[in-house]
Amino acid sequence: MIGASSHRKEGRAKVTGAALYTDDKFMPGALHGVTIRSQVPRGILKAIRFGEGIPWDEFTIVTAADIPGKNLVASVVHDQPFLVGIGEEITHMEQPVVLLAHADRHLAEKARRAVSLEVEELPAILDIQSSLELQQVIYGPNNLLKEIRIQKGDPATVWATAAHVIEGEYRTGAQEQMYLETNAMVAQVEEKEGQTWVTVWGSLQCPYYVHNALKQLFDLPGDRVRVVAMEMGGAFGGKEDYPSVNGGHAALLAWKSGLPVKLIYDREEDLACTTKRHPSRTLLKTAFDADGQLLAIEVDFAIDGGAYATMSPVVLSRGALHAAGVYCAPHVKVHARAVATNTPPPGAFRGFGAPQSLFAIERHMDICARKLGLDPVELRRKNFLRMGGTMATGQVIREDLDLGGIMDRALAEIGYHDKRAAYAITNQEDDPIKRGVGFSVFMHGCGFTGSGESYLASVAGVEGLADGTVSILAASTEMGQGKNTVFSQIVAEALKVPFDLVDVAQVDTDHVPNSGPTVASRSTMMVGRILEDAAIGFKQALVQQGFLKEPYTAEEFRAGVQRAVETLGSVKCYGQYHKPANITWNDATYQGDAYPTYSWACYAADVAVDLDIFEVKVEDFVTVQEVGRVVNPRLAAGQIEGGVAQGIGWGLWEEVTTKQGRMINNQMTNYIIPTSADLPRIRVTFLENAHPAGPGGAKGIGELPMDGPGPALVNALEAALGPLRLDEVPMTPERLLARWEEVSHG
Amino acid sequence: MRAYLPDCDLRVAATLDDALALLAAEPGVWTPIAGGTDLMVVHNAGRLKATRFLDLSRLAELRGIAEEGDCLAFGALTSFTEVREHPAVHRHFPNLVKSARVTGALAIQNRGTLGGNIVNASPAADTPPSLLAYGAELELVSPRGRRRVAYDHFHLGYKQMDLAPDELVARILVPKPQGHSFHYFRKVGTRQAQAIAKVCLAAHARVQDGVLAELRIGLGSVAPVPARARHAEATLLGQPVAALPVAAARAALLDDMSPIDDIRASAHYRSVVTQNVLSHMLRELATA
Amino acid sequence: MADHITLRMKVNGEDRSVEVHPFARLLDVLREDLRLTGTKEGCGEGECGACTVLVDGRVVNSCLVPAAQVQGSEIVTVEGLAKGDELSPLQAAFVAHNGAQCGFCTPGMLVAATDLLNRCPNPTEDAVREGLAGNLCRCTGYSKILDAVHTAASGGEGK
Ligand SMILES: Cc1cc2nc3c(=O)[nH]c(=O)nc-3n(C[C@H](O)[C@H](O)[C@H](O)COP(=O)(O)OP(=O)(O)OC[C@H]3O[C@@H](n4cnc5c(N)ncnc54)[C@H](O)[C@@H]3O)c2cc1C
Ligand code: FES
Ligand code: FES
Repeated sequence: MIGASSHRKEGRAKVTGAALYTDDKFMPGALHGVTIRSQVPRGILKAIRFGEGIPWDEFTIVTAADIPGKNLVASVVHDQPFLVGIGEEITHMEQPVVLLAHADRHLAEKARRAVSLEVEELPAILDIQSSLELQQVIYGPNNLLKEIRIQKGDPATVWATAAHVIEGEYRTGAQEQMYLETNAMVAQVEEKEGQTWVTVWGSLQCPYYVHNALKQLFDLPGDRVRVVAMEMGGAFGGKEDYPSVNGGHAALLAWKSGLPVKLIYDREEDLACTTKRHPSRTLLKTAFDADGQLLAIEVDFAIDGGAYATMSPVVLSRGALHAAGVYCAPHVKVHARAVATNTPPPGAFRGFGAPQSLFAIERHMDICARKLGLDPVELRRKNFLRMGGTMATGQVIREDLDLGGIMDRALAEIGYHDKRAAYAITNQEDDPIKRGVGFSVFMHGCGFTGSGESYLASVAGVEGLADGTVSILAASTEMGQGKNTVFSQIVAEALKVPFDLVDVAQVDTDHVPNSGPTVASRSTMMVGRILEDAAIGFKQALVQQGFLKEPYTAEEFRAGVQRAVETLGSVKCYGQYHKPANITWNDATYQGDAYPTYSWACYAADVAVDLDIFEVKVEDFVTVQEVGRVVNPRLAAGQIEGGVAQGIGWGLWEEVTTKQGRMINNQMTNYIIPTSADLPRIRVTFLENAHPAGPGGAKGIGELPMDGPGPALVNALEAALGPLRLDEVPMTPERLLARWEEVSHG
Repeated sequence: MRAYLPDCDLRVAATLDDALALLAAEPGVWTPIAGGTDLMVVHNAGRLKATRFLDLSRLAELRGIAEEGDCLAFGALTSFTEVREHPAVHRHFPNLVKSARVTGALAIQNRGTLGGNIVNASPAADTPPSLLAYGAELELVSPRGRRRVAYDHFHLGYKQMDLAPDELVARILVPKPQGHSFHYFRKVGTRQAQAIAKVCLAAHARVQDGVLAELRIGLGSVAPVPARARHAEATLLGQPVAALPVAAARAALLDDMSPIDDIRASAHYRSVVTQNVLSHMLRELATA
Repeated sequence: MADHITLRMKVNGEDRSVEVHPFARLLDVLREDLRLTGTKEGCGEGECGACTVLVDGRVVNSCLVPAAQVQGSEIVTVEGLAKGDELSPLQAAFVAHNGAQCGFCTPGMLVAATDLLNRCPNPTEDAVREGLAGNLCRCTGYSKILDAVHTAASGGEGK
């Protein structure tokens, strides 16, 4: 079962149009909600004015003053208000201030334009540099949302004596998830038996995050709050933390009106106000000996965290932990800071900080190779992590890691050496098309950072149903990545029954336990492992209680489960996360095993640049990755292809243009994601190396493909065009032209 | 959907006369709608001022592609798909086929019309450069009758046209090139499909006895209106194709453009790339 | 202010009639008045293709079509692609190839691909890429979608 390309469980519903997404849920009497947002980056809210021509008495209106519980969104840090109250500080351009709802959605839209805010403006901080320079203090004592230091040895001891010291500065831009389904919520609040019951149905990755947020917002015990995940039209991290905000908004309107409320963002609103990938700035300094052996790596990594902490502390952590890349140096120092700015807070996005810091180190390695006069392949090979090597946190590589092998495989697939030689000749010709191949080697830590998994202590289970089939109980959500299918395969394998006997229960906090958030490429490896335990426990219980005798056929199993359910009423078995014995982590010193394991990869790109128009065409893209056992090869390949497509977009086209910190290209026509005409076939190779922590030896794959394309593409551009200042993504045609002119016109 | 529908009205015109009568009765009140691919976008976003619409889509009088003397006459309602599929357009106007093919994607091409593309008057539109290069003429109709305007005199300024409130574009007449000629069209968009032009250049030329005897160049996205590159044309006309004054033409082209910085591209990018595309065109011309 | 019109259309082979504002979007008429929620809204600006339906045999973005313009038209939505319980070859190929991940682009993609194969039963890879370029997908990178279309074109249902 594990290793088979089983068809997607919900595939049929998706191709017939029967799958129900949040906006497809119609409730009788439902109102339509809209959100009024601030239009200045920073200031004090003085007054709210409701304009002429709107029957305001027909509207449900919610302001901060109405909030029954705490006006703070439960998150890593509780710092973000659901709504800004009069006299309080507005901290970014899209900050929610008033909520409106009406049965007529057209009228609700008209009313949106009739509300105006009186704000006393304050000077704003809009970028990393001004925040670090404390031009204004806008958050805490020093504008820092989080600061992390990691140290191994001491780089300061080698700068003076090293044969080569090479410094560089790298930047990455914000990126929009651009899930095809915008953020959407439906809420209902009922008063029954003198109690308040809050229910939210939505497009959300982490039901228990929203559950926590609603408990705090309404000051209710957990059993009075229910969160149901509808079919989700993509997320990529973009529905990790934000649903706590808009879920709360929908619930507030439902609570105040006593009616169901639909709160569906249109694309412009979704783009302007919801989370993005954190912009970053990385300073790198490396020392090498005369042979190109790395002596020291020092990284100063800063990300723009926006107005509130949201996921920034965790994103920063992952970025910091990936900042030294796949290299082993005796001295490593990482200083990482997430800084506050008066911009809509960024949040989670596939890769979660790692793409940013890996872009820097993988570009830097190519630049170092050029400066040292070495082949980028050989410079990397000299310095790769290997079994027994230690990472910056002191984590020792315990697996038989062969990065050289992974790299060689990818280079062979793309024809790296032949193409380099050929392009060196053809690029001399008088033709505007210049070609290059480049690559990147990288890893992605699986599961939560550091002690995250222990802290979560996730629970998941299996339940026998009256028809003899088995249902999976987990709060992990299906966002297209294939969780329903992969979980079913894992449980079917553990139970030794056909795939068709297993399915997943709807993700409803009234019914499924907290298996943790659906993030960090953790579902297959972490939750899958818990499910494997639960399934084995389930089977053993059936055997012990005489409902089942091993070995059994599918029919015998089914009959056994039926009998057990008939006799006992309900048959469930849960499993819980257990920290593997050999894993240790210290949050205070950032020392230890940052992740139980890593997925490893080399990606290679073959590009053509047209120097007439500075457009880049990706001619070929090869991915080779070691991700442990692949549970479902076809779904896994789909994850890699989709992730690479997003990575190529981030590398070449996807730019969030802002004015006063607010996105101004917030339409699909102006934020450029790839169409089918923009991408090559992405080639996918899995090298399997079973890892004991995951079910059947699986590791995580969801985020890995986001990390490699950016640096591989820009390295290929340098191969095509020579040493330009290619230090940033996205490397748009405009930017490429500017960098080209820096060298060709002085 | 941010528009307030109850404030809106839509009339479906059954005949051209009905349509013209309504436009004349309340000048400036009724906004014609053809394929809706420009209007509906702005309407959905709640940014359209107009609230009263006159549906032209059922007017048979504005449809069809027909030979008329030395011209091919396109009804204003001709869709991009019809342009792409019509054999006579392929034969005479390959640039127009290319323009249509790179306009949006199929669903837009099925609905979007030539008339709409022209009257929407976006400097970034893709058929206008080709129409300029082919020396097209517009036929406008109102209750007062029909008149013709050379297309290169139609756009007067940003979204300003030689079009009265009671007038419609009825037909677009494009003279068929005589003999062997050179056609060039290149759009540099924000991506390979479903893209808006950052730069667009269309050219049509005729070479006689090794000398450039006829040349028209239409530019998109580099001025407030779709523009003829008259200065560049003037430098090149009458020159031998074997030794075209490329540098002079590039320099002259700067006088034909007044590009701006916007969300999609910088003015600098637009001007450098338009010059490069001109050079590319001239290389192709020289080897054609 | 406009009076509502009685909009008569044939939707997925059935005669339907609804009272709507003449300028209502076809997308909203389908989703809200007819409760055919398979057709999705991804942008409302003609860009994403999630709202793609066939009007009189041609693909259109239903978010850009005013109701009055489809008076008397024949509409096909994703709900009209299967024959009863039997998936169309293209739908079956999308299931088999994992052509739908989150599934939000899928209804529009399937309608566009159905139209493509109607016009061109054996398209080249480039023709498929061009034919589907108005349907954005953020999940798949398009490879599995191309595989599904080719499989359906060659008459198989995929592995
Ligand atoms: C996703 C998307 C992609 C697009 N891509 C491109 C592209 O690549 N290139 C490009 O050039 N355009 C593009 N467009 C814009 C649009 O499709 C074209 O401009 C199209 O030609 C408009 O035609 P229409 O009939 O749909 O216009 P409508 O929206 O119906 O009308 C546009 C304007 O023209 C007026 N009008 C229409 N017909 C007449 C007439 N006969 N007489 C007088 N006035 C008239 C209307 O009053 C209105 O002001 C795109 C649009 C979208 C939504
Ligand atoms: S919703 Fe119509 S194209 Fe996106
Ligand atoms: S499958 Fe999610 S957008 Fe295409």
